[in-house]
Amino acid sequence: MTWIGRGIVFGLLAFIVLGPLANLVLWAAAEQWYFPHKLPVSYGTKFWEQVFKPRGDALASLMTSIWIALSTVAACLALAIPAGYALARLKLPWRTAILLAFLMPQAFPSLAVYINIARIFYDFKLNGTMFGVILVHTVHGLVFAVWITAAAFAAVDRDLELAARNLGGSALRTFLTVSLPLAAPGIMASAIFVFLESLDEFTGTFFVGVPDVITLPLLMFTASIAGNYQIAAITALVLLVPSVAFMLVIERFLKADVLSKVGA
Amino acid sequence: MRDSGRLGPLLVAPALLMVLALFVYPLGYSLVTAFEAKGGGFTFGNFAKAFEFYSVDIGFTLVIVGLSTLLIALASIAIGGYLTLGENPRAVALLRWLYRWPLFIPFVVAAQCMRSFLAKNGLMNNTFVALGILEVDQTTGFLDWRGIVITFVWKQTPFVALLVAGAMASLDRSTIEAARNLGATRLRILFEILVPQVMPTLVVGLILSFVTMMSVLSVPLMISGESPTMMTVDMAFRINNYGDYGTANALGFISYLMTAACAWFYLKRSIR
Repeated sequence: MTWIGRGIVFGLLAFIVLGPLANLVLWAAAEQWYFPHKLPVSYGTKFWEQVFKPRGDALASLMTSIWIALSTVAACLALAIPAGYALARLKLPWRTAILLAFLMPQAFPSLAVYINIARIFYDFKLNGTMFGVILVHTVHGLVFAVWITAAAFAAVDRDLELAARNLGGSALRTFLTVSLPLAAPGIMASAIFVFLESLDEFTGTFFVGVPDVITLPLLMFTASIAGNYQIAAITALVLLVPSVAFMLVIERFLKADVLSKVGA
Repeated sequence: MRDSGRLGPLLVAPALLMVLALFVYPLGYSLVTAFEAKGGGFTFGNFAKAFEFYSVDIGFTLVIVGLSTLLIALASIAIGGYLTLGENPRAVALLRWLYRWPLFIPFVVAAQCMRSFLAKNGLMNNTFVALGILEVDQTTGFLDWRGIVITFVWKQTPFVALLVAGAMASLDRSTIEAARNLGATRLRILFEILVPQVMPTLVVGLILSFVTMMSVLSVPLMISGESPTMMTVDMAFRINNYGDYGTANALGFISYLMTAACAWFYLKRSIR
């Protein structure tokens, strides 16, 4: 391929990959933009002030989203650390079947399940509550939490655990002072995955959270459907920041030795 | 260690119960409701209604998701192939940096990007007009089923390409070098040596993408909420406007079947 051909192909690819993102950034910076202008007519921070004004909808939604995501991480870890340790180290009948059971929420088209969860939650008065949304997010995130945590425990050097036991440490003490700290980076990685999944989740919140729980993705959706493209673009950028930032650091937490044991 | 064999099941139980209560039970509920008449009792009426009203959308869902899966497969083979066989290190590095961008972008955000980018006077058409490729009155928007396909391919290709490129990178280089020494073109090496060996990884990535695309609601709602659109939109509509769980669950059942057919195809391949 000549360098001209290569340049055209890469230019086109960059346009396809980055074009939609560039359009989002333009909308976030635009104050006025209407046909037939190819670029925004005027730029400004008017809409940023509107989005981030104290006690505004967006700030409240951001808080709701972060609170739900943190609670989901806590719930997932509380369930996944014991389960992951058992899957990695203890005697367990039907081990493969159990691992696959956690994959199920990701292996079925989830929308049809969410509408039925919403219907069941109605009887328990969980619809429109943060707790209901957290439950839904937790089930969806468990596969990352359990699989990665199990891999992290499996990657811990067994000899170190045995040495601690030989020196007279109890099983619990060995777990707390040897296994858990050594598995911590992998557990951190799973927490990041769960956090991002929860922060970005749309469909489950759409059915279970209505009408009272409005997370950032739902707020963005509402703004976009109403034609407030500036508000939608700014909210979308806020959602992008943690996704991109976390993924830049994920390789530090998720090392190859853990990665190779995921799902094994 | 003193492992009585009871501790393991005990530690797994809470997490497993969570999945049973909040996934398996609602799933079973949806399967039952799909065959249940309004007043109770077994019926196929929900399916009759689903096909009567939404057969076009059921077809379009298959076309949209099927076409997207095909395009994702081609694009990720091309990206993985170039990353493995590319001879210009700078171009390879550039591609590696470029293709991953949409990987972690949420579907809602991808939909919002595309909603503005693909519109009749969005950045895409504006660029074409500015470059003199199109006249202003020749532009058309892509905010219909084509826009859904474009959004899905844009969002899911990096995920599959990442898996495929990883699998290709871990293959034995010596067969590639041998084929190259014998004068095989890079295209032939790609399709006769690399692709057959990474097929299992490619298929797993494609199936996961297929299931994900089947359950996304935000993209069809934001790109093209009007018929013809995807079944997810119809399900949400039946619930929110009529509280009609029978028809919605019948549509859900059909979407399970589509996924199951896809998984069956995979299992058949991997057993052979």
